[in-house]
Amino acid sequence: YIQLLFSCQFSDSAGYVGFANLPNQVHRKSVKKGFEFTLMVVGESGLGKSTLINSLFLTDLYPERYIPGAAEKIERTVQIEASTVEIEERGVKLRLTVVDTPGYGDAINSQDCFKTIIQYIDNQFERYLHDESGLNRRHIIDNRVHCCFYFISPFGHGLKPLDVEFMKALHGKVNIVPVIAKADTLTLKERERLKRRVLDEISEHGIRIYQLPDADSDEDEEFKEQTRVLKASFTPNIPFAVIGSNQLIEVKGKKIRGRLYPWGVVEVENPEHNDFLKLRTMLVTHMQDLQEVTQDLHYENFRSERLKRTGK
Amino acid sequence: PHTGPVESKNEAAMSELVPEPRQKPVVPMKPMGINANLLGYIGIDTIIEQMRKKTMKTGFDFNIMVVGQSGLGKSTLVNTLFKSQVSRKSSGWNREEKIPKTVEIKAIGHVIEEGGVKMKLTVIDTPGFGDQINNENCWEPIEKYINEQYEKFLKEEVNIARKKRIPDTRVHCCLYFISPTGHSLRPLDLEFMKHLSKVVNIIPVIAKADTMTLEEKTEFKQRVRKELEVNGIEFYPQKEFDEDLEDKTENDKIRQESMPFAVVGSDKEYQVNGKRVLGRKTPWGIIEVENLTHCEFALLRDFVIRTHLQDLKEVTHNIHYETYRAKRLNDNGGLPPMTVETEENHESNL
Repeated sequence: YIQLLFSCQFSDSAGYVGFANLPNQVHRKSVKKGFEFTLMVVGESGLGKSTLINSLFLTDLYPERYIPGAAEKIERTVQIEASTVEIEERGVKLRLTVVDTPGYGDAINSQDCFKTIIQYIDNQFERYLHDESGLNRRHIIDNRVHCCFYFISPFGHGLKPLDVEFMKALHGKVNIVPVIAKADTLTLKERERLKRRVLDEISEHGIRIYQLPDADSDEDEEFKEQTRVLKASFTPNIPFAVIGSNQLIEVKGKKIRGRLYPWGVVEVENPEHNDFLKLRTMLVTHMQDLQEVTQDLHYENFRSERLKRTGK
Repeated sequence: PHTGPVESKNEAAMSELVPEPRQKPVVPMKPMGINANLLGYIGIDTIIEQMRKKTMKTGFDFNIMVVGQSGLGKSTLVNTLFKSQVSRKSSGWNREEKIPKTVEIKAIGHVIEEGGVKMKLTVIDTPGFGDQINNENCWEPIEKYINEQYEKFLKEEVNIARKKRIPDTRVHCCLYFISPTGHSLRPLDLEFMKHLSKVVNIIPVIAKADTMTLEEKTEFKQRVRKELEVNGIEFYPQKEFDEDLEDKTENDKIRQESMPFAVVGSDKEYQVNGKRVLGRKTPWGIIEVENLTHCEFALLRDFVIRTHLQDLKEVTHNIHYETYRAKRLNDNGGLPPMTVETEENHESNL
């Protein structure tokens, strides 16, 4: 291939062809189509998962929630519940599906509790594989799980055995983002200590959590720098220590989401109080990458294993 | 295998939403409607920016084929379109150079960059088309080439360890050059377009349009459009693929008024009114290629490159390729063609 480079200005100057407009054409089509994203939340009951999801997307995904008592919980097995919400912002439509996993970690013996979850993830891969291999591919629905928030309890000293087992079983199937829940039970120092402990244990057990992308070597310097800055602004905070709230409290004349204690108000969107904003920003600025990694890594692994097995 | 119970209140809604008879999904998926309670800014619109960055990063493939008798200015036109020597002109004046006995397919690739966007452009020339005394079936090698590219893509797609980005050699656009006789289409034109409009996006262009006056041009275009319609030839943009009203309105205008584009190509520059322009110099004046009052080259360029480039690729992928694929699967009893995982195909995904 012959490489021809043009230095051109964005106008009808002599050398301008106009295919630099191609990203705009893609943009227009993408906006028309809208986006789909599936987020799974996993963690023991009472860690604030639902509240956090509501806070993240400013929705009320769980309006009439029924919270079962302990006796009931003994009988329950892990369920999979999906809710879909359409969010529109500045002309961009997002179809967000949140997959909840009530019952996880509740049983006295939680030995099998993540099998259901693994099955659900595999089923979505299976369904996509089936659709992709079929005759009518015009409207394939992508229900694959693009990201999994794993909630770590702030009450322990690090990861629990169940946490380790779950993440080891799922890191090859889904992008795992570990989250320390109910972070307002910890002082800042305790938080740092817990984060460090969790990261050490993750590395000790060879668990692969979602990594923010690095810039490719062949990209231009400006783009590489942007990627580096982006990565540097989030990586030191992982795992994100977050607080969620469904309540609006008035602080300095403004209504904000927070938790009112006798000793003060914890503000959800205050970066000095917790990593909520970082988590949300990281998620929305990496939706594209999360989907890509799901498609190119997790799904392709599933697919090649499946095809090898059936010999097709 | 155990699956979680489905909430009963959502089941009814679910069956409304899914028209196809298929195994009931494990989880209820009922969208909860547009959220009106946004008390702040989430940042979802940044997805657009992410997609844009991604497309800029991965670059684009674009494959354009030119078909028409020799001497109609195909290579010159492509060079004019992309403002560079991407197609080598056949030295038609050299009597030593033989006209190929059969249609040849020559693909030449270039990487061109503009405004940070990299395009891998491949121009596929078809010398020999329509040049013989007996031109029967001369479109067959072309149809074969187009289908071979679909086959190549299909084979890679069904591979066990397939490439992350499947190389796309499929023909996205075929410019068909109509000779400016001023009378009508020739039988060969009709035959070619009838066969090929079913497998590739055809854009008919009237070549060397500087041989016609404005009135002759308008009449000829009308006649050609009528002939195409009467013969059921669906050129790009095809009516049945208009996605919404906006597309339909825009495309109707192009189909009914502008096409086929009457073009003039040139790779020579002249000074006109203090500006350097591409053109053809004659004793009676300079024909300015990019001047809309002289010819419709600028319309063709804007259409193919500035507005419909992405759509040409999408129609090729979503319609033509899928048609080919469906036929192959059907012929093979519903199964994809057998692939063997060879050493050269295997790529680690980790």
